[in-house]
Amino acid sequence: MLPARFEYHRPSTLEEALALLAEHGDDAKVLAGGQSLIPMMKLRFAAPAHLIDINRIEGLDAIEETDGELHIGALVRHNQLAGSPLINEKYPLIAAAAPQIADPLVRNLGTIGGSLTHCDPSGDLGSVMLAANARVVLRSNAGEREVAMTDFIVSTFQSSIEPTELLTQIHVTSPTGSYGGTYLKLERKIGDYATVATATRLIVEGGTIATAGIALTSVGLTNIKATAAEDSLIGKAPSEEAFAEAGRLAAEASSPVTDVRGSEAYKRHMVEVYVRRGLTRAAEIAGAA
Amino acid sequence: MQITVTVNGAERTLDVEPRTLLVHMIREDLALTGTHIGCDSTSCGACTVLYDGVPVKSCTLFGVQADGREITTVEGLLTAAGLDPMQAAFKEHHGLQCGYCTPGMMLVGKVLIETNDHPSDDEVRQAIGGNLCRCTGYMNIVKAIQAAAAERRQPAAAEAAS
Repeated sequence: MLPARFEYHRPSTLEEALALLAEHGDDAKVLAGGQSLIPMMKLRFAAPAHLIDINRIEGLDAIEETDGELHIGALVRHNQLAGSPLINEKYPLIAAAAPQIADPLVRNLGTIGGSLTHCDPSGDLGSVMLAANARVVLRSNAGEREVAMTDFIVSTFQSSIEPTELLTQIHVTSPTGSYGGTYLKLERKIGDYATVATATRLIVEGGTIATAGIALTSVGLTNIKATAAEDSLIGKAPSEEAFAEAGRLAAEASSPVTDVRGSEAYKRHMVEVYVRRGLTRAAEIAGAA
Repeated sequence: MQITVTVNGAERTLDVEPRTLLVHMIREDLALTGTHIGCDSTSCGACTVLYDGVPVKSCTLFGVQADGREITTVEGLLTAAGLDPMQAAFKEHHGLQCGYCTPGMMLVGKVLIETNDHPSDDEVRQAIGGNLCRCTGYMNIVKAIQAAAAERRQPAAAEAAS
């Protein structure tokens, strides 16, 4: 399958890339890992007149902690995330999700910035970053803004990024004290989209839950942040009952549809089961089980 | 657009249309047909090549992206001394039937054993998770990759045992 014709641009600096976006805006697409964009172009769901390849821009692929925040560069590949000592040591939710994204070859190219901007409701990192209360940094010639993930995701395949903007970084507040998290993914085989997946995260202070993050993959029009389920846990001690109740509330927040991967009822049930199990695992990691 | 790419160790300069996928550039412009097109939808891994040493699906990359990069295809495994140990292991252990997925399997296997010279069944199966085989049931592919790893660990012992 051959994509439609386009003009290829390969900026070597961020400034060049932003200038190209300012000039071509609506008619342009940014090429990062290309693992979703190129298939869309082959199917002609996307036919940009200009393709701006940002792969040669230096400095967009760092993973580092600064002033109590984790900063992940937009060009960080999924396998880089999976292999990062910092992520594996301190960010168990991200560490659990990264090696479950797509398949090993796709993970060698696919990037976090591309994955988030794509806003696929079956995308794993969207849920991870919703559960982590992440912010994305959007940069244009006019300046920079930080947008919460909840405001960034607008609809299926639609984010609130402006055509002149480039997502450059993802920010996550570094956890302190007792914390844990995990990503549970039900899939038919490696590389398939999730039937259901859940991102769960807990910060426990003085025996009670101070922060809870719960988000759902493949069970709605977007990745869903299960806020009622999160709120139900605040101030409670980690317990089987509390996690079961959060699971029920998360299932209520989901709106799966019946397809080849399973029925609506089955998927909703699996949301409940996976949220409960994921929270239990998060509490174990936090040492609060 | 004119690009220069190192293919199996040799520098090649060619003119490609930006929308040409890397796999078409390799097969049609470079006439290296060992790289196969299977699903054409980023699922099967028949088109796997090494891109600066990293296995990727060449149906999901544009040829122009390879400008200044190094590409290794299955043809690049063969040396003046003969088959690469990974190729020899696939031959010895019947790691292929129809052969369609084999170039991708061998390239992924080669990269795996560079960093892990004693991979478990599970580690091999995880590594080839992006490559589909519809003939073998994977048993002999896993065996072949592990045999090539054993050869890498202890060339003499593997030889004595065979």
